[in-house]
Amino acid sequence: MSNRQYIKICLIPFAFLIVAFEILPLMSIVAGSLGDGHGGYSLIQYKNAITSRFYMQGIANSFRVSIISAVVATIISVAGSYSIRRLAPKIRDAVMLISNMTSNFSGIPLAFAFIVLIGNNGVVTIIMKMFGLNLRDYFNLYSIAGLTMVYTYFLVPLGILLMYPAYDGIKKEWEEAALILGATRIEFWRHIGIPAVFPSIMGTMSILFANALGAYASAVALTSGNINLLSIRIGALVSGDINLNPELASALAVILGMIVVFTNLVSQSMTRGRRRARK
Amino acid sequence: MRRKLMHYIAAAIILIYLSIPLAVTFLYSIAQKWQSSVLPESYTIAWYQAVLSDIRFWNALGRSFFISIASVILCLAVMIPTVFIITMYLKKYEKYIEIISIIPFSIPGVVYAVGLIRIYSKGPVNIGGTVWILLGAFFIVVMPYMYQAVRNCLMTIDARQLMEAAELLNATKLQAFVHVILPNIMKGITVSALLAFSLLFGEFVLTNILVGGAFETVQIYLFTKQNFSGHLCSAIVIMYFICVLVLSLLTTTANKLISGRSRGGIQ
Repeated sequence: MSNRQYIKICLIPFAFLIVAFEILPLMSIVAGSLGDGHGGYSLIQYKNAITSRFYMQGIANSFRVSIISAVVATIISVAGSYSIRRLAPKIRDAVMLISNMTSNFSGIPLAFAFIVLIGNNGVVTIIMKMFGLNLRDYFNLYSIAGLTMVYTYFLVPLGILLMYPAYDGIKKEWEEAALILGATRIEFWRHIGIPAVFPSIMGTMSILFANALGAYASAVALTSGNINLLSIRIGALVSGDINLNPELASALAVILGMIVVFTNLVSQSMTRGRRRARK
Repeated sequence: MRRKLMHYIAAAIILIYLSIPLAVTFLYSIAQKWQSSVLPESYTIAWYQAVLSDIRFWNALGRSFFISIASVILCLAVMIPTVFIITMYLKKYEKYIEIISIIPFSIPGVVYAVGLIRIYSKGPVNIGGTVWILLGAFFIVVMPYMYQAVRNCLMTIDARQLMEAAELLNATKLQAFVHVILPNIMKGITVSALLAFSLLFGEFVLTNILVGGAFETVQIYLFTKQNFSGHLCSAIVIMYFICVLVLSLLTTTANKLISGRSRGGIQ
Protein backbone atom coordinates (compact mmCIF):
# COMPACT_ATOMS: atom_id res chain seq x y z
CA MET A 1 0.00 0.00 0.00
CA SER A 2 2.76 2.42 0.91
CA ASN A 3 4.45 1.40 -2.29
CA ARG A 4 1.32 2.40 -4.22
CA GLN A 5 1.18 5.75 -2.48
CA TYR A 6 4.82 6.32 -3.25
CA ILE A 7 4.11 5.63 -6.91
CA LYS A 8 1.25 8.08 -6.94
CA ILE A 9 3.46 10.80 -5.48
CA CYS A 10 5.64 10.51 -8.59
CA LEU A 11 2.66 11.63 -10.67
CA ILE A 12 2.32 14.95 -8.87
CA PRO A 13 4.61 17.01 -11.16
CA PHE A 14 2.70 15.80 -14.21
CA ALA A 15 -0.68 16.44 -12.64
CA PHE A 16 0.44 19.89 -11.54
CA LEU A 17 1.69 20.92 -14.98
CA ILE A 18 -1.37 19.55 -16.76
CA VAL A 19 -3.79 21.29 -14.42
CA ALA A 20 -1.87 24.57 -14.43
CA PHE A 21 -1.09 24.79 -18.14
CA GLU A 22 -3.68 22.69 -19.93
CA ILE A 23 -6.89 22.27 -17.96
CA LEU A 24 -7.08 25.65 -16.20
CA PRO A 25 -6.33 27.73 -19.33
CA LEU A 26 -8.91 25.83 -21.38
CA MET A 27 -11.53 26.16 -18.65
CA SER A 28 -10.66 29.81 -18.36
CA ILE A 29 -11.38 30.34 -22.06
CA VAL A 30 -14.85 28.85 -21.71
CA ALA A 31 -15.50 30.73 -18.48
CA GLY A 32 -14.21 33.96 -20.00
CA SER A 33 -16.39 33.61 -23.06
CA LEU A 34 -19.40 33.41 -20.76
CA GLY A 35 -18.43 36.47 -18.74
CA ASP A 36 -20.18 39.79 -19.22
CA GLY A 37 -17.10 41.82 -18.25
CA HIS A 38 -18.56 42.86 -14.90
CA GLY A 39 -18.24 39.63 -12.96
CA GLY A 40 -21.53 38.12 -14.06
CA TYR A 41 -22.31 35.44 -16.61
CA SER A 42 -24.10 35.87 -19.88
CA LEU A 43 -23.93 35.06 -23.56
CA ILE A 44 -23.31 38.70 -24.41
CA GLN A 45 -19.79 38.00 -25.81
CA TYR A 46 -21.15 35.49 -28.30
CA LYS A 47 -23.91 37.89 -29.21
CA ASN A 48 -21.36 40.68 -29.68
CA ALA A 49 -19.18 38.43 -31.82
CA ILE A 50 -21.98 37.15 -34.03
CA THR A 51 -23.76 40.46 -34.50
CA SER A 52 -20.54 42.33 -35.26
CA ARG A 53 -19.99 42.72 -38.98
CA PHE A 54 -16.27 43.10 -38.34
CA TYR A 55 -15.84 39.79 -36.53
CA MET A 56 -18.17 37.90 -38.83
CA GLN A 57 -16.09 39.15 -41.74
CA GLY A 58 -12.99 37.82 -39.97
CA ILE A 59 -14.63 34.42 -39.50
CA ALA A 60 -15.76 34.37 -43.14
CA ASN A 61 -12.30 35.35 -44.41
CA SER A 62 -10.60 32.71 -42.25
CA PHE A 63 -13.05 30.12 -43.47
CA ARG A 64 -12.52 31.05 -47.10
CA VAL A 65 -8.72 31.07 -46.96
CA SER A 66 -8.63 27.82 -44.99
CA ILE A 67 -11.09 25.83 -47.05
CA ILE A 68 -9.53 26.80 -50.39
CA SER A 69 -5.94 26.22 -49.27
CA ALA A 70 -6.88 22.92 -47.57
CA VAL A 71 -8.66 21.60 -50.67
CA VAL A 72 -5.89 22.65 -53.08
CA ALA A 73 -3.15 21.32 -50.79
CA THR A 74 -5.02 18.03 -50.38
CA ILE A 75 -5.34 17.60 -54.15
CA ILE A 76 -1.64 18.34 -54.63
CA SER A 77 -0.59 15.97 -51.85
CA VAL A 78 -2.94 13.15 -52.89
CA ALA A 79 -1.53 13.20 -56.42
CA GLY A 80 1.99 14.08 -55.29
CA SER A 81 2.47 11.40 -52.66
CA TYR A 82 1.10 8.81 -55.11
CA SER A 83 3.73 9.80 -57.65
CA ILE A 84 6.46 9.97 -55.01
CA ARG A 85 5.70 6.39 -54.00
CA ARG A 86 6.27 5.23 -57.56
CA LEU A 87 9.83 6.58 -57.72
CA ALA A 88 12.97 4.49 -57.29
CA PRO A 89 13.48 3.95 -53.52
CA LYS A 90 16.61 6.12 -53.22
CA ILE A 91 15.08 9.08 -55.06
CA ARG A 92 11.80 8.57 -53.21
CA ASP A 93 13.49 8.85 -49.80
CA ALA A 94 15.38 11.95 -50.90
CA VAL A 95 12.18 13.62 -52.10
CA MET A 96 10.42 12.77 -48.83
CA LEU A 97 13.37 14.15 -46.85
CA ILE A 98 13.22 17.46 -48.72
CA SER A 99 9.43 17.60 -48.37
CA ASN A 100 9.68 16.98 -44.61
CA MET A 101 12.35 19.62 -44.28
CA THR A 102 10.25 22.26 -46.02
CA SER A 103 7.44 21.46 -43.57
CA ASN A 104 9.64 23.21 -40.98
CA PHE A 105 9.71 26.21 -43.27
CA SER A 106 6.60 28.02 -42.13
CA GLY A 107 5.47 31.04 -40.18
CA ILE A 108 7.61 34.17 -40.26
CA PRO A 109 10.52 32.85 -42.39
CA LEU A 110 8.08 31.55 -45.00
CA ALA A 111 6.22 34.85 -45.17
CA PHE A 112 9.54 36.60 -45.83
CA ALA A 113 10.44 34.16 -48.56
CA PHE A 114 7.18 34.97 -50.32
CA ILE A 115 7.72 38.72 -49.88
CA VAL A 116 11.15 38.31 -51.49
CA LEU A 117 9.61 36.25 -54.27
CA ILE A 118 6.39 38.08 -55.20
CA GLY A 119 6.13 41.01 -52.79
CA ASN A 120 6.09 44.66 -53.81
CA ASN A 121 9.81 44.63 -54.62
CA GLY A 122 9.95 40.89 -55.07
CA VAL A 123 12.14 39.15 -57.61
CA VAL A 124 9.28 38.02 -59.84
CA THR A 125 7.68 41.46 -59.63
CA ILE A 126 10.92 43.08 -60.83
CA ILE A 127 11.47 40.55 -63.61
CA MET A 128 7.92 41.11 -64.84
CA LYS A 129 8.51 44.84 -64.79
CA MET A 130 11.38 44.31 -67.23
CA PHE A 131 8.82 42.95 -69.64
CA GLY A 132 6.53 45.87 -68.98
CA LEU A 133 4.10 43.85 -66.86
CA ASN A 134 2.80 44.82 -63.45
CA LEU A 135 2.31 41.78 -61.20
CA ARG A 136 0.09 43.85 -58.94
CA ASP A 137 -2.50 43.98 -61.75
CA TYR A 138 -2.90 40.21 -61.62
CA PHE A 139 -2.00 39.22 -58.11
CA ASN A 140 -1.47 40.86 -54.74
CA LEU A 141 0.51 38.94 -52.13
CA TYR A 142 -0.83 41.10 -49.30
CA SER A 143 -4.41 40.02 -49.92
CA ILE A 144 -6.72 37.08 -49.32
CA ALA A 145 -5.46 35.45 -52.53
CA GLY A 146 -1.85 35.92 -51.42
CA LEU A 147 -2.56 34.42 -48.02
CA THR A 148 -4.27 31.47 -49.66
CA MET A 149 -1.17 30.89 -51.76
CA VAL A 150 1.17 30.97 -48.75
CA TYR A 151 -1.13 28.74 -46.69
CA THR A 152 -1.33 26.22 -49.53
CA TYR A 153 2.45 26.19 -49.70
CA PHE A 154 2.96 25.27 -46.05
CA LEU A 155 0.10 22.76 -46.05
CA VAL A 156 1.48 20.71 -48.96
CA PRO A 157 4.44 19.09 -47.12
CA LEU A 158 2.15 18.27 -44.19
CA GLY A 159 -0.42 16.79 -46.59
CA ILE A 160 2.23 14.67 -48.30
CA LEU A 161 3.42 13.45 -44.91
CA LEU A 162 -0.15 12.44 -44.00
CA MET A 163 -1.16 10.95 -47.36
CA TYR A 164 2.06 9.04 -48.00
CA PRO A 165 1.28 6.08 -45.70
CA ALA A 166 -2.39 6.04 -46.79
CA TYR A 167 -1.58 4.25 -50.05
CA ASP A 168 -0.28 1.28 -48.06
CA GLY A 169 -3.94 0.31 -47.92
CA ILE A 170 -4.14 -0.29 -51.68
CA LYS A 171 -2.51 -3.56 -52.57
CA LYS A 172 -0.82 -3.85 -55.93
CA GLU A 173 -2.67 -7.14 -56.40
CA TRP A 174 -6.02 -5.33 -56.32
CA GLU A 175 -5.06 -3.25 -59.31
CA GLU A 176 -3.71 -6.28 -61.19
CA ALA A 177 -6.85 -8.27 -60.36
CA ALA A 178 -9.11 -5.47 -61.51
CA LEU A 179 -7.18 -5.03 -64.76
CA ILE A 180 -7.26 -8.77 -65.44
CA LEU A 181 -11.03 -8.76 -64.88
CA GLY A 182 -11.31 -6.17 -67.62
CA ALA A 183 -11.50 -2.92 -65.69
CA THR A 184 -9.75 0.10 -67.08
CA ARG A 185 -7.31 1.98 -64.91
CA ILE A 186 -9.81 4.79 -64.48
CA GLU A 187 -12.52 2.34 -63.45
CA PHE A 188 -10.16 0.77 -60.93
CA TRP A 189 -9.48 4.14 -59.31
CA ARG A 190 -13.11 5.16 -59.42
CA HIS A 191 -14.52 2.05 -57.78
CA ILE A 192 -11.66 0.68 -55.70
CA GLY A 193 -8.66 2.99 -55.36
CA ILE A 194 -10.30 6.28 -54.41
CA PRO A 195 -12.90 4.69 -52.06
CA ALA A 196 -10.09 2.82 -50.29
CA VAL A 197 -8.09 5.98 -49.55
CA PHE A 198 -11.14 8.23 -49.17
CA PRO A 199 -11.11 8.19 -45.33
CA SER A 200 -7.44 9.25 -45.37
CA ILE A 201 -8.15 12.01 -47.87
CA MET A 202 -10.96 13.43 -45.73
CA GLY A 203 -8.87 13.06 -42.57
CA THR A 204 -5.92 14.83 -44.20
CA MET A 205 -8.14 17.60 -45.48
CA SER A 206 -9.68 18.27 -42.07
CA ILE A 207 -6.25 18.34 -40.40
CA LEU A 208 -4.99 20.78 -43.05
CA PHE A 209 -8.13 22.88 -42.65
CA ALA A 210 -7.70 23.07 -38.87
CA ASN A 211 -4.06 23.98 -39.37
CA ALA A 212 -4.91 26.80 -41.77
CA LEU A 213 -7.68 28.11 -39.55
CA GLY A 214 -5.36 28.40 -36.56
CA ALA A 215 -2.43 29.78 -38.58
CA TYR A 216 -1.26 33.08 -37.20
CA ALA A 217 2.41 33.71 -37.86
CA SER A 218 2.38 33.94 -41.66
CA ALA A 219 -0.73 36.10 -41.62
CA VAL A 220 0.77 38.53 -39.11
CA ALA A 221 4.07 38.77 -40.98
CA LEU A 222 2.50 39.09 -44.41
CA THR A 223 -0.27 41.55 -43.77
CA SER A 224 0.82 43.10 -40.43
CA GLY A 225 -2.69 42.23 -39.30
CA ASN A 226 -4.32 44.34 -42.01
CA ILE A 227 -6.39 41.49 -43.32
CA ASN A 228 -9.30 40.60 -41.14
CA LEU A 229 -8.82 37.00 -40.00
CA LEU A 230 -10.22 35.20 -36.98
CA SER A 231 -6.81 34.20 -35.57
CA ILE A 232 -5.46 37.75 -36.02
CA ARG A 233 -8.51 39.19 -34.24
CA ILE A 234 -8.09 36.83 -31.29
CA GLY A 235 -4.39 37.65 -31.00
CA ALA A 236 -5.07 41.39 -31.17
CA LEU A 237 -7.74 41.19 -28.45
CA VAL A 238 -5.32 39.65 -25.94
CA SER A 239 -1.97 41.16 -26.85
CA GLY A 240 -2.59 44.30 -28.87
CA ASP A 241 -1.82 47.79 -27.67
CA ILE A 242 -5.41 48.93 -27.82
CA ASN A 243 -8.85 47.34 -27.57
CA LEU A 244 -7.88 44.59 -25.13
CA ASN A 245 -10.88 42.40 -24.47
CA PRO A 246 -9.99 38.91 -23.22
CA GLU A 247 -13.68 37.99 -22.78
CA LEU A 248 -14.49 38.64 -26.43
CA ALA A 249 -11.22 36.91 -27.40
CA SER A 250 -12.37 33.86 -25.43
CA ALA A 251 -15.71 33.79 -27.22
CA LEU A 252 -13.96 34.02 -30.62
CA ALA A 253 -11.50 31.33 -29.51
CA VAL A 254 -14.38 29.03 -28.58
CA ILE A 255 -15.98 29.72 -31.98
CA LEU A 256 -12.69 28.86 -33.72
CA GLY A 257 -12.41 25.66 -31.66
CA MET A 258 -15.99 24.72 -32.51
CA ILE A 259 -15.40 25.16 -36.25
CA VAL A 260 -12.39 22.82 -35.99
CA VAL A 261 -14.32 20.22 -33.99
CA PHE A 262 -17.32 20.48 -36.33
CA THR A 263 -15.14 19.96 -39.43
CA ASN A 264 -13.55 16.93 -37.81
CA LEU A 265 -16.96 15.46 -37.00
CA VAL A 266 -18.22 16.03 -40.55
CA SER A 267 -15.17 14.41 -42.12
CA GLN A 268 -15.41 11.51 -39.66
CA SER A 269 -19.10 10.90 -40.32
CA MET A 270 -18.51 11.03 -44.07
CA THR A 271 -15.75 8.43 -43.87
CA ARG A 272 -17.69 6.27 -41.43
CA GLY A 273 -20.56 6.11 -43.88
CA ARG A 274 -18.11 5.05 -46.59
CA ARG A 275 -16.58 2.38 -44.41
CA ARG A 276 -19.94 0.91 -43.60
CA ALA A 277 -20.93 0.96 -47.24
CA ARG A 278 -17.86 -1.03 -48.18
CA LYS A 279 -18.61 -3.83 -45.70
CA MET B 1 7.80 3.57 -69.03
CA ARG B 2 5.73 6.58 -70.03
CA ARG B 3 3.78 6.21 -66.80
CA LYS B 4 7.00 6.07 -64.81
CA LEU B 5 8.22 9.23 -66.51
CA MET B 6 4.97 10.94 -65.54
CA HIS B 7 5.56 10.18 -61.86
CA TYR B 8 9.07 11.59 -62.07
CA ILE B 9 7.77 14.74 -63.69
CA ALA B 10 5.07 15.10 -61.01
CA ALA B 11 7.62 14.63 -58.21
CA ALA B 12 9.97 17.10 -59.90
CA ILE B 13 7.21 19.72 -60.13
CA ILE B 14 6.47 19.32 -56.41
CA LEU B 15 10.14 19.57 -55.53
CA ILE B 16 10.52 22.74 -57.59
CA TYR B 17 7.34 24.16 -56.08
CA LEU B 18 8.58 23.46 -52.56
CA SER B 19 12.10 24.75 -53.10
CA ILE B 20 11.50 27.94 -55.12
CA PRO B 21 10.77 30.26 -52.15
CA LEU B 22 13.81 28.98 -50.32
CA ALA B 23 16.08 29.13 -53.37
CA VAL B 24 15.06 32.69 -54.17
CA THR B 25 15.53 33.74 -50.55
CA PHE B 26 19.02 32.27 -50.65
CA LEU B 27 19.89 34.10 -53.88
CA TYR B 28 18.51 37.31 -52.42
CA SER B 29 20.59 36.90 -49.29
CA ILE B 30 23.84 36.77 -51.29
CA ALA B 31 22.82 39.32 -53.92
CA GLN B 32 24.42 42.73 -53.93
CA LYS B 33 22.53 44.10 -56.88
CA TRP B 34 19.41 42.47 -58.23
CA GLN B 35 17.39 45.06 -60.06
CA SER B 36 17.02 44.23 -63.70
CA SER B 37 17.92 40.65 -64.48
CA VAL B 38 16.76 37.10 -63.91
CA LEU B 39 19.73 36.30 -61.68
CA PRO B 40 21.56 38.71 -59.35
CA GLU B 41 24.11 40.96 -61.09
CA SER B 42 26.67 40.76 -58.29
CA TYR B 43 27.11 38.80 -55.11
CA THR B 44 28.18 39.64 -51.58
CA ILE B 45 28.38 38.11 -48.12
CA ALA B 46 27.91 41.49 -46.46
CA TRP B 47 24.36 40.66 -45.33
CA TYR B 48 25.57 37.62 -43.46
CA GLN B 49 28.38 39.64 -41.91
CA ALA B 50 25.86 42.22 -40.80
CA VAL B 51 23.65 39.63 -39.13
CA LEU B 52 26.54 37.74 -37.57
CA SER B 53 27.99 40.93 -36.10
CA ASP B 54 24.63 41.86 -34.55
CA ILE B 55 24.73 40.94 -30.87
CA ARG B 56 20.93 40.89 -30.81
CA PHE B 57 20.92 38.00 -33.27
CA TRP B 58 23.23 35.92 -31.09
CA ASN B 59 21.21 36.72 -27.97
CA ALA B 60 18.00 35.73 -29.75
CA LEU B 61 19.58 32.51 -31.00
CA GLY B 62 20.78 31.77 -27.48
CA ARG B 63 17.30 32.36 -26.06
CA SER B 64 15.72 30.12 -28.71
CA PHE B 65 18.13 27.32 -27.87
CA PHE B 66 17.76 27.84 -24.14
CA ILE B 67 13.96 27.82 -23.95
CA SER B 68 13.63 24.91 -26.40
CA ILE B 69 16.19 22.76 -24.61
CA ALA B 70 14.83 23.62 -21.15
CA SER B 71 11.28 22.74 -22.21
CA VAL B 72 12.32 19.44 -23.78
CA ILE B 73 14.32 18.49 -20.68
CA LEU B 74 11.41 19.41 -18.40
CA CYS B 75 9.10 17.36 -20.56
CA LEU B 76 11.42 14.35 -20.55
CA ALA B 77 11.95 14.56 -16.78
CA VAL B 78 8.21 14.63 -16.14
CA MET B 79 6.88 12.38 -18.89
CA ILE B 80 9.28 9.41 -18.63
CA PRO B 81 8.42 8.51 -15.00
CA THR B 82 4.75 9.39 -15.48
CA VAL B 83 4.18 7.30 -18.59
CA PHE B 84 6.23 4.48 -17.06
CA ILE B 85 4.10 4.42 -13.91
CA ILE B 86 0.82 4.73 -15.78
CA THR B 87 1.51 1.97 -18.31
CA MET B 88 3.05 -0.37 -15.71
CA TYR B 89 1.06 0.13 -12.54
CA LEU B 90 -1.97 2.32 -13.12
CA LYS B 91 -3.32 0.98 -16.38
CA LYS B 92 -6.84 2.15 -15.54
CA TYR B 93 -5.73 5.79 -15.80
CA GLU B 94 -4.27 5.30 -19.26
CA LYS B 95 -7.40 6.45 -21.07
CA TYR B 96 -7.36 9.75 -19.19
CA ILE B 97 -3.75 10.42 -20.13
CA GLU B 98 -4.62 9.59 -23.72
CA ILE B 99 -7.37 12.22 -23.74
CA ILE B 100 -5.09 14.75 -22.05
CA SER B 101 -2.42 14.15 -24.68
CA ILE B 102 -4.81 14.51 -27.62
CA ILE B 103 -6.26 17.87 -26.54
CA PRO B 104 -3.19 20.03 -27.33
CA PHE B 105 -3.21 18.72 -30.92
CA SER B 106 -6.64 20.15 -31.56
CA ILE B 107 -6.16 23.52 -29.88
CA PRO B 108 -4.73 26.22 -32.18
CA GLY B 109 -1.86 28.16 -30.59
CA VAL B 110 -3.72 31.44 -30.66
CA VAL B 111 -6.67 29.92 -28.77
CA TYR B 112 -4.40 28.36 -26.19
CA ALA B 113 -2.60 31.67 -25.70
CA VAL B 114 -5.89 33.35 -24.75
CA GLY B 115 -6.43 30.90 -21.90
CA LEU B 116 -2.87 31.28 -20.60
CA ILE B 117 -3.04 35.07 -20.69
CA ARG B 118 -6.34 35.12 -18.84
CA ILE B 119 -4.93 33.08 -15.98
CA TYR B 120 -1.34 34.25 -15.69
CA SER B 121 -1.29 37.90 -16.65
CA LYS B 122 -3.06 38.92 -13.46
CA GLY B 123 -4.17 37.41 -10.17
CA PRO B 124 -2.14 35.37 -7.68
CA VAL B 125 0.33 33.84 -10.15
CA ASN B 126 1.43 36.76 -12.26
CA ILE B 127 3.99 35.24 -14.60
CA GLY B 128 2.70 36.82 -17.80
CA GLY B 129 5.51 38.09 -20.02
CA THR B 130 8.13 35.97 -18.27
CA VAL B 131 9.99 32.90 -19.41
CA TRP B 132 8.07 30.75 -16.90
CA ILE B 133 4.75 30.99 -18.71
CA LEU B 134 6.54 30.06 -21.93
CA LEU B 135 8.17 27.05 -20.26
CA GLY B 136 4.78 25.79 -19.09
CA ALA B 137 3.17 26.42 -22.47
CA PHE B 138 6.01 24.68 -24.34
CA PHE B 139 5.72 21.71 -21.99
CA ILE B 140 2.10 21.29 -23.10
CA VAL B 141 3.03 21.76 -26.78
CA VAL B 142 5.54 18.87 -26.84
CA MET B 143 3.87 16.70 -24.19
CA PRO B 144 1.73 14.72 -26.70
CA TYR B 145 4.79 13.78 -28.76
CA MET B 146 6.71 12.74 -25.66
CA TYR B 147 3.80 10.69 -24.41
CA GLN B 148 3.63 8.74 -27.67
CA ALA B 149 7.42 8.35 -27.82
CA VAL B 150 7.83 7.06 -24.26
CA ARG B 151 4.86 4.73 -24.59
CA ASN B 152 6.15 3.26 -27.84
CA CYS B 153 9.62 2.82 -26.38
CA LEU B 154 8.29 1.03 -23.30
CA MET B 155 6.35 -1.33 -25.53
CA THR B 156 9.30 -2.01 -27.86
CA ILE B 157 11.67 -2.94 -25.04
CA ASP B 158 8.95 -4.94 -23.25
CA ALA B 159 9.35 -2.99 -20.02
CA ARG B 160 7.15 -5.36 -18.03
CA GLN B 161 9.44 -8.35 -18.59
CA LEU B 162 12.56 -6.29 -17.96
CA MET B 163 11.15 -5.06 -14.66
CA GLU B 164 10.16 -8.58 -13.59
CA ALA B 165 13.61 -9.89 -14.44
CA ALA B 166 15.33 -7.07 -12.56
CA GLU B 167 13.12 -7.49 -9.51
CA LEU B 168 13.72 -11.22 -9.57
CA LEU B 169 17.40 -10.37 -9.24
CA ASN B 170 16.59 -8.40 -6.08
CA ALA B 171 16.60 -4.91 -7.54
CA THR B 172 14.10 -2.48 -6.10
CA LYS B 173 11.58 -0.89 -8.46
CA LEU B 174 13.54 2.36 -8.42
CA GLN B 175 16.85 0.62 -9.13
CA ALA B 176 15.30 -1.35 -11.94
CA PHE B 177 13.82 1.79 -13.45
CA VAL B 178 17.04 3.79 -13.26
CA HIS B 179 19.50 1.09 -14.32
CA VAL B 180 17.45 -1.05 -16.71
CA ILE B 181 14.49 0.85 -18.15
CA LEU B 182 16.03 4.32 -18.52
CA PRO B 183 19.15 3.32 -20.49
CA ASN B 184 17.02 1.15 -22.77
CA ILE B 185 14.47 3.78 -23.72
CA MET B 186 16.91 6.70 -23.93
CA LYS B 187 17.99 5.78 -27.47
CA GLY B 188 14.46 5.69 -28.82
CA ILE B 189 13.53 8.92 -27.13
CA THR B 190 16.46 10.85 -28.63
CA VAL B 191 14.67 11.14 -31.97
CA SER B 192 11.46 12.45 -30.43
CA ALA B 193 13.40 14.86 -28.27
CA LEU B 194 15.11 16.28 -31.36
CA LEU B 195 11.79 16.58 -33.17
CA ALA B 196 10.26 18.33 -30.18
CA PHE B 197 13.23 20.65 -30.07
CA SER B 198 12.90 21.73 -33.70
CA LEU B 199 9.15 22.20 -33.21
CA LEU B 200 9.80 24.62 -30.34
CA PHE B 201 12.70 26.28 -32.13
CA GLY B 202 10.29 27.44 -34.82
CA GLU B 203 7.51 28.47 -32.44
CA PHE B 204 6.14 31.97 -32.97
CA VAL B 205 2.46 32.27 -31.98
CA LEU B 206 2.77 31.55 -28.26
CA THR B 207 6.10 33.36 -27.93
CA ASN B 208 4.76 36.49 -29.61
CA ILE B 209 1.48 36.66 -27.73
CA LEU B 210 2.72 35.52 -24.32
CA VAL B 211 6.09 37.25 -23.99
CA GLY B 212 6.77 39.13 -27.24
CA GLY B 213 9.73 41.46 -27.08
CA ALA B 214 10.37 40.64 -23.41
CA PHE B 215 12.03 37.39 -24.47
CA GLU B 216 13.27 37.83 -28.01
CA THR B 217 13.75 34.48 -29.74
CA VAL B 218 15.01 34.10 -33.32
CA GLN B 219 11.48 34.15 -34.68
CA ILE B 220 10.65 37.35 -32.80
CA TYR B 221 13.96 38.89 -33.87
CA LEU B 222 13.14 38.14 -37.48
CA PHE B 223 9.68 39.61 -37.03
CA THR B 224 11.03 42.89 -35.64
CA LYS B 225 13.57 43.09 -38.48
CA GLN B 226 10.71 42.92 -40.98
CA ASN B 227 10.91 46.59 -41.95
CA PHE B 228 14.66 46.61 -42.47
CA SER B 229 16.50 45.48 -45.58
CA GLY B 230 14.99 42.50 -47.37
CA HIS B 231 18.52 41.20 -48.00
CA LEU B 232 19.24 41.21 -44.28
CA CYS B 233 16.01 39.34 -43.54
CA SER B 234 16.82 36.80 -46.22
CA ALA B 235 20.19 36.18 -44.60
CA ILE B 236 18.47 35.60 -41.23
CA VAL B 237 15.92 33.28 -42.84
CA ILE B 238 18.68 31.24 -44.48
CA MET B 239 20.66 30.96 -41.26
CA TYR B 240 17.53 29.97 -39.39
CA PHE B 241 16.82 27.34 -42.02
CA ILE B 242 20.37 26.00 -41.78
CA CYS B 243 19.76 25.46 -38.05
CA VAL B 244 16.56 23.58 -38.88
CA LEU B 245 18.35 21.62 -41.59
CA VAL B 246 21.12 20.51 -39.23
CA LEU B 247 18.50 19.52 -36.66
CA SER B 248 16.45 17.43 -39.07
CA LEU B 249 19.57 15.78 -40.52
CA LEU B 250 20.62 14.99 -36.93
CA THR B 251 17.17 13.52 -36.29
CA THR B 252 17.21 11.30 -39.38
CA THR B 253 20.76 10.12 -38.66
CA ALA B 254 19.87 9.34 -35.05
CA ASN B 255 16.77 7.55 -36.27
CA LYS B 256 18.76 5.44 -38.75
CA LEU B 257 21.49 4.64 -36.24
CA ILE B 258 18.97 3.54 -33.63
CA SER B 259 16.71 1.49 -35.87
CA GLY B 260 19.81 -0.05 -37.49
CA ARG B 261 21.29 -0.96 -34.12
CA SER B 262 18.11 -2.45 -32.71
CA ARG B 263 17.63 -4.46 -35.90
CA GLY B 264 21.18 -5.75 -35.48
CA GLY B 265 20.35 -6.63 -31.90
CA ILE B 266 17.52 -8.92 -32.92
CA GLN B 267 19.61 -10.79 -35.43
